Amino acid sequence: MLRFLLRRSLGAIAILLIISAVTFFLFYAIPRNPALLACGKTCTPDQLAIVERNLGIDKPVPVQYWEYMVGIFAGRDYPVGHCPAPCLGYSFTDNRPVLETILDRVPTTFSLAVGGAVVFLVVGLSMGMLAAWRRGTLLDKSLSSASLVLGSMQIYFLGPLALALLVYNNQILSQPEYVPLTEDPLGWFNGLLLPWLVLSTIFTANYTRMARSTLIEQLREDHVRTARAKGMSRPTVFFRYAWRGSLIPIVTIFGIDLGSLFGGAMITEFTFNLPGLGRLAVDSVTKSNLPMLMGVMLFAALVIVLFNILVDACYALIDPRVRLA
Amino acid sequence: MTTTSPFLSVADLRVHFATEDGVVKAVDGLSFAVERGRTLGIVGESGSGKSVATQTILGLHSRETATVSGHITLEGQELTGAPERTLERLRGNTAAMIFQDPLTALSPYYTVGRQIAEPYRKHRGASRREARERAIEMLGKVGIPQPAQRVDDYPHQFSGGMRQRVMIAMALVCDPDLLIADEPTTALDVTVQAQILDLLMELQDEFGSAIIMITHDLGVIASVADDVLVMYAGRAVERGTVHEVLGAPQHPYTWGLLTSMPRLTADVEKELVPIAGSPPSLLSPPPGCPFEPRCAFVDEVGRGRCVGQRPALPEGRGAACHLTDDQRRTFYAERIRPRLA
Repeated sequence: MLRFLLRRSLGAIAILLIISAVTFFLFYAIPRNPALLACGKTCTPDQLAIVERNLGIDKPVPVQYWEYMVGIFAGRDYPVGHCPAPCLGYSFTDNRPVLETILDRVPTTFSLAVGGAVVFLVVGLSMGMLAAWRRGTLLDKSLSSASLVLGSMQIYFLGPLALALLVYNNQILSQPEYVPLTEDPLGWFNGLLLPWLVLSTIFTANYTRMARSTLIEQLREDHVRTARAKGMSRPTVFFRYAWRGSLIPIVTIFGIDLGSLFGGAMITEFTFNLPGLGRLAVDSVTKSNLPMLMGVMLFAALVIVLFNILVDACYALIDPRVRLA
Repeated sequence: MTTTSPFLSVADLRVHFATEDGVVKAVDGLSFAVERGRTLGIVGESGSGKSVATQTILGLHSRETATVSGHITLEGQELTGAPERTLERLRGNTAAMIFQDPLTALSPYYTVGRQIAEPYRKHRGASRREARERAIEMLGKVGIPQPAQRVDDYPHQFSGGMRQRVMIAMALVCDPDLLIADEPTTALDVTVQAQILDLLMELQDEFGSAIIMITHDLGVIASVADDVLVMYAGRAVERGTVHEVLGAPQHPYTWGLLTSMPRLTADVEKELVPIAGSPPSLLSPPPGCPFEPRCAFVDEVGRGRCVGQRPALPEGRGAACHLTDDQRRTFYAERIRPRLA
């Protein structure tokens, strides 16, 4: 286990380094000067040079990248004072520390992604179980057809539609908003319910189909037949044997889906105008706010990499062959 | 064959599967009986219906696609069409099964102890501790060293032969009266095969169970079976005691099986004679003898009769073939026996 964690941590650091470099150099591939934006309309070349120096973009790009990376690991000195490690720099637009802004926005995105995942795992997997348990019946066929239709409902289509139908016209759900969980749990839940449902729709549909097909596959396995031959009841055979065997493929897919879940959460934030990392990322691109963009990218990558390690560690819990190998 | 009702009796069993191409008659009119303490060997090629037939006894066939007719009675109790609950109480308790591949037939997620104890807890209402002790006892009985330690191991920590021992321990944990072993040694290497067969025979002596041994290996039949049933294309084509069937086989298909089998005592220069052709499609079997297209003796009977009329298998010792008894005796003595020497 220790070796596994060590190996995966090294891999994670390599991935983060690559992502940071790609983002940094890609930013400068866009022919746009962030200093020009900050300087305003009546900008003289002298003023521009001062702004460029203040923003730290007067140096060559590789040097900037080097200083940025040093800042993350060792902290960095700015004219306004020392920025302790891990320093992600200051925003070009409002001069706040990037890390502070990101940490402000994390709870929204995190609530959205985790809540959405809970919804699609619970609903999707139980629908899949239901369909597999009653395979071949009308219920199974209806669930499969419904999941095909819902599986093509993109967030930017479903979001406004649901907002119009369920909030503006019928007031079934409340207006999406972010209320911190610690302040008002009920308000947190009400404000995020619609975004959760919209975010999880495609996932729910996919997990229904996936759970159904893996379970049906598992039910044909030799060891499941052995369980039947031992006289185990249908629920025991289904849950203790077939479901247990389905966990590995489901966890694998979930690990792969983490990236799209995070991306989906960002699109959902944008759709419902919630103050999360998604909005922050889009704003920082349109405003050429390099430190903010770098911060969001690195943070998102870090979270996904960490969760992937966590998911892989889950294999050991599920499968004794992995645990004891 | 006795006239009183046998321990297990299968009468005119038919298992048909509805597929997109039509009805597959996997088992088509199979009858046999087994008594306590006896071993019936069922031999036949892949696809001859031996596994399907025996899985149907315990109701393990797919309920959605298979249609079953005929009668299966165990100790006088009718099993065809019996409710799932009845079969559940029977499975692993009165009648147990051992499967071919012990790697895939055991669940990788639970310890062998738990898998062995499970049917004992369910059928005997034993407590966790009693069941665990029983599992250790069974592991010892099937010859697994240090059973008290190995009980907490997972199947992948055992070798192939040891896994099959675990399977046997699991099948025998409730002292079943009937044990169905579906090619229990096919996936194992030869030295282990012999150990597993010996073990099964020892346990049969101890528990007095009836055993159905399914195999395509006549060597296995010779070493363990009391009675033999030769299956071809979903039907029985020859039946008798092991001495009768292996000593004086009557059906051309059985002859083919014997001459295609390598023997250690035979002349190495002598070539093996495979049975020409392949088994018939079970989708739309011809009305005549299913072995007719591959049979070398059709002309002795007259092709018309073999193609048009299905030979019946007589009760007791006999073969489903249109050849007369005299013909069979002569052909076996003159054409087949010399090849086996």
